Amino acid sequence: MNNNENILEMKNLKTHFFTDRGTVKAVDGVNLSVKRGKTLGIIGESGCGKSVTAHSILRLIPSPPGQIVDGGIQYQQKDNNIIDLAKLDARGDTIRKIRGNEISMIFQEPMTSFGPQYTIGYQIMEAILIHNPEMAETKAKNKTINLLDQVGIPKAEERIDSYPHEFSGGMLQRAMIAMALSCSPRLLIADEPTTALDVTVEAQILELLEELQDETGMSIIIITHNLAVVSEVADQIAVMYLGREVEFADSDQIIDNPLHPYTKGLWNSIPSLDGELEELKPVKGTVPDPINIPAGCPFADRCPEMMAGVCDQGNPPEKIEVEEGHFVRCFLYSE
Amino acid sequence: MGNYILRRFLVIIPLLVVISVISFIVVQLPPGSYVETYIQNLKNQGYQPDEKEIERLQSRYGLNQPAYIQYFTWMKNMIFEGDMGRSFVYKQPVSEIIAERAPMTIMISMMAMLLQWIVAVPIGIFSARYQYSIFDYIVTFFGFIGLALPNFLFALVLMYFVYVHTGWAVVGIFSPEFVDASWSFAKLLDMMKNLWIPLVVIATAGTAGLIRTLRGTLLDELKKQYVTTARAKGMKERKLILKYPVRVAINPLISTIGWMLPAIVGGEVVVSQVLNLKTLGPVLLGSVKSEDMYLAGGIIMILSSLTVIGTLLSDILLAWVDPKVRYK
Repeated sequence: MNNNENILEMKNLKTHFFTDRGTVKAVDGVNLSVKRGKTLGIIGESGCGKSVTAHSILRLIPSPPGQIVDGGIQYQQKDNNIIDLAKLDARGDTIRKIRGNEISMIFQEPMTSFGPQYTIGYQIMEAILIHNPEMAETKAKNKTINLLDQVGIPKAEERIDSYPHEFSGGMLQRAMIAMALSCSPRLLIADEPTTALDVTVEAQILELLEELQDETGMSIIIITHNLAVVSEVADQIAVMYLGREVEFADSDQIIDNPLHPYTKGLWNSIPSLDGELEELKPVKGTVPDPINIPAGCPFADRCPEMMAGVCDQGNPPEKIEVEEGHFVRCFLYSE
Repeated sequence: MGNYILRRFLVIIPLLVVISVISFIVVQLPPGSYVETYIQNLKNQGYQPDEKEIERLQSRYGLNQPAYIQYFTWMKNMIFEGDMGRSFVYKQPVSEIIAERAPMTIMISMMAMLLQWIVAVPIGIFSARYQYSIFDYIVTFFGFIGLALPNFLFALVLMYFVYVHTGWAVVGIFSPEFVDASWSFAKLLDMMKNLWIPLVVIATAGTAGLIRTLRGTLLDELKKQYVTTARAKGMKERKLILKYPVRVAINPLISTIGWMLPAIVGGEVVVSQVLNLKTLGPVLLGSVKSEDMYLAGGIIMILSSLTVIGTLLSDILLAWVDPKVRYK
């Protein structure tokens, strides 16, 4: 770890999938860090590897076909002990004791995130009892009621006995957050937590996450393809394209001063509330086939600022620090 | 839950009435009747019965009345006196014939089902969890053989091998010296010694089917989000597989428990014939062929009732394991 204020650092992380069609380099050299008590937002189009990055941290990549082939995920534990999650046995006890306990995760589809055959309360209690086997069941039950109450589920004492199909999507995501918080994690990974929800519920869930972060001081990684979501909650933002982060900076820096042409493209593709009403400009073209990534910068054929003879030749430079803490991977900024 | 069971139970009553009508119609459907076949046989032997004799025969078997009266008499006797009529061929009350054979039929199907589940469930889980592993390929290969091989052929092959290697001929559930003996420990042992062949034969195809079903549904479930959720909260892999996806994937298996019995009786007639099992299957076949209508109707009635009750049990079990079923 370079920096003691970071709780998690990913260094040159590579997660590849070995399929019959060929190797999919879903994550191919990601360098990111999460600060204590802060929120990192990871944004990118579908298939850019943001979800795989998140799943790699908790070693939830299905294997086969997926595998972390290179790089490290340095995580600073409660006792300041630093552990490389990428080197752990994905089925071993070490990672199992971190999952749901020190690092927990919520997912994109709340409707299928709970097992259909057990009550919500039972599944949350289970998470508590896995990591606190000596705790009495009544105590775990009370704790579950408090958690459900804390995430804003009305009549928590009754709803604890409800089954997942009796909850709405928004309620389920709240319950999911309650379960993720049940062991007071130090890092919460939210993988597209509001994608399946409608906009009002989305706002409520994001607000809830921020409140809980203020109360508990946990760090959050929020993964989304929705710019409004990251700009609302993230302290730092990473933009991912085809398995790599192309730009990484504090939120204000990256929102006010996007450097990478892809980031600029994303920013132009959403309507602005305060500016003039302009025509939206979607990013041209589509993401290349991840199995046959063209030589040079993978964004080159969609890039409006593409420099022929440069961008389509070698790999784009490793991260260039354009201003303090503002990193970009683009030939435009290389010396 | 209590309400659910009661409701399901009440539905059974009209269902059984409909089944009784249908089974009666079914056994009446083939042209002619037992008496006509009987008279034809007499004629073939050169004996010419006169009108009076024919009428006497018809009234003796109750065949001179309209069909609906025959049906109501049959039902009345069945409900109030437990009398299901007499078999023309066996010259014996139908209830006696059924009582003689039903326990063996039920026992064999239960044991075959138990055997299927014990073998199929762990293999199915393994096969799905380690999809495309060598184990999965081997199981799939033998599974297809099990499905494709006709059971009676398998029975014959098995009998042949047992005979060649041990010199012991399998001629039924009991060895000849025990057939008419009363129940004793020695008879039980003898039954166990003989029973495994029919059990293995009957269970093979079913096991292969169950493995395929469980493997397929479990593969679907394993991909679902809730499995990752359970993993992400730190559950041990083996425990979470059994507790979450398997509990869902097993539902289709549970809902077919009730069909086991008719499958044994209907589908395994040939096996029963080959292995000389005293089950209801061969009797049902014989009674339909000889238009022994009360016997055929009685067996169909009993089987349908058992199937309906089996299905009810399946449904209750399903409601118990699947909260979504309970509330609908």
